Amino acid sequence: MRYAAVLLPIAFVVSACDDMSHQPRYDSYEKSSLFPDGKALQAPPDGTVARDSLALEGALAQRPPMNIALLERGRERFDIFCTPCHDASGSGNGTVPARGFPHPPSFHLARLRDAPSGYFVSVITQGHGVMYSYADRVSPSDRWAIAAYIRALQLGGDAPLATLSDADRRRLSEAGP
Amino acid sequence: MAQVFTASADTRLRAAVLLAFLLVFLAVLFVGGYADSSYGTLTGWVRDQPVPFSHEHHVAGLGIDCRYCHTSVETSARAGLPATHICMSCHSQIWTGAPMLEPVRLSLASNTPLAWNRVSRLPDYVYFNHSIHVARGVPCVTCHGRVDRMPLMSRAVPLQMQFCLDCHRDPGPNLRPAAELTRMDWSDWDRHPEAHKDYGALMVKTHGIDPAKLTQCNICHR
Repeated sequence: MRYAAVLLPIAFVVSACDDMSHQPRYDSYEKSSLFPDGKALQAPPDGTVARDSLALEGALAQRPPMNIALLERGRERFDIFCTPCHDASGSGNGTVPARGFPHPPSFHLARLRDAPSGYFVSVITQGHGVMYSYADRVSPSDRWAIAAYIRALQLGGDAPLATLSDADRRRLSEAGP
Repeated sequence: MAQVFTASADTRLRAAVLLAFLLVFLAVLFVGGYADSSYGTLTGWVRDQPVPFSHEHHVAGLGIDCRYCHTSVETSARAGLPATHICMSCHSQIWTGAPMLEPVRLSLASNTPLAWNRVSRLPDYVYFNHSIHVARGVPCVTCHGRVDRMPLMSRAVPLQMQFCLDCHRDPGPNLRPAAELTRMDWSDWDRHPEAHKDYGALMVKTHGIDPAKLTQCNICHR
């Protein structure tokens, strides 16, 4: 116990070292000297098959049934990933084209109204023109959800006045020309 | 033989003991004050970054949703630092010659990531998971602050255990509707507490959140 007087202050001083906060392990976005690109988070080698790749391919190949949940999901994903360029109505006047990005075509063009839903899914997957592929950001089932929501936008944008309910028509006339 | 101790020795000993106590007291005061200071917790201090990325411009100016870049926040423990590919989704076409963006273009060309400096870092002994917080309705702004008002990124709240526990002990008032989690301005929500007085308690019940479990050590530490 006679060492306690010496050990206690040492223990106190050492406890100030914060090794627990930076533990000798790799976290996803940390750097690493082990690999030439300096990343701890390495991409899987070419040809790696993900455990769920079959399910993802299946989801991409098969159009899910249209329902309100799909549309809700589509609207949420559309608002995140598409509105910066395509804007909330899908006419292609988003904030990014306003800053000089080439304007995307409006979803209300006859060509895109007539295009099958699979066309939008393939554009999201592979990109088109100056639009990058969104395959890394939008999962296959979400691509179909976005395509479904584009359908709803097209329907909404081109709906004849006669098909609206009285309440909707009143709101439309209140909103002005 | 002369006296070993002078007549004032007692007084000097008392003064020395008093001084020692005073020094220890001041040291404790200093350490405590430092740990809670904005310098100690890095709150409000802008970190140097390879590119002076402005969240204010991209969030408030352009209205881009947090999840456009932080893609894995809903599905994984980490919110996700955007790959250079995501920056280039827009910057392949706009500001293509801006010197400010030179590191981004270099990163894409050389296939090496931009070395961002972490702003909201938690110690390695804390196992925080973004996805569960997002799924239960904790909005981004609660921990990351008004990112839409930060031209350069800084830590908004001291990410100390006290901050986590305040919410884990009583999560209800901090929960918000899932559809609006990336909203930055909740002032109208705060102004009208009567409009959602049951919301928190209801959500706690719906999700089966048990505050007694949330304050157990192994919820965050393993």
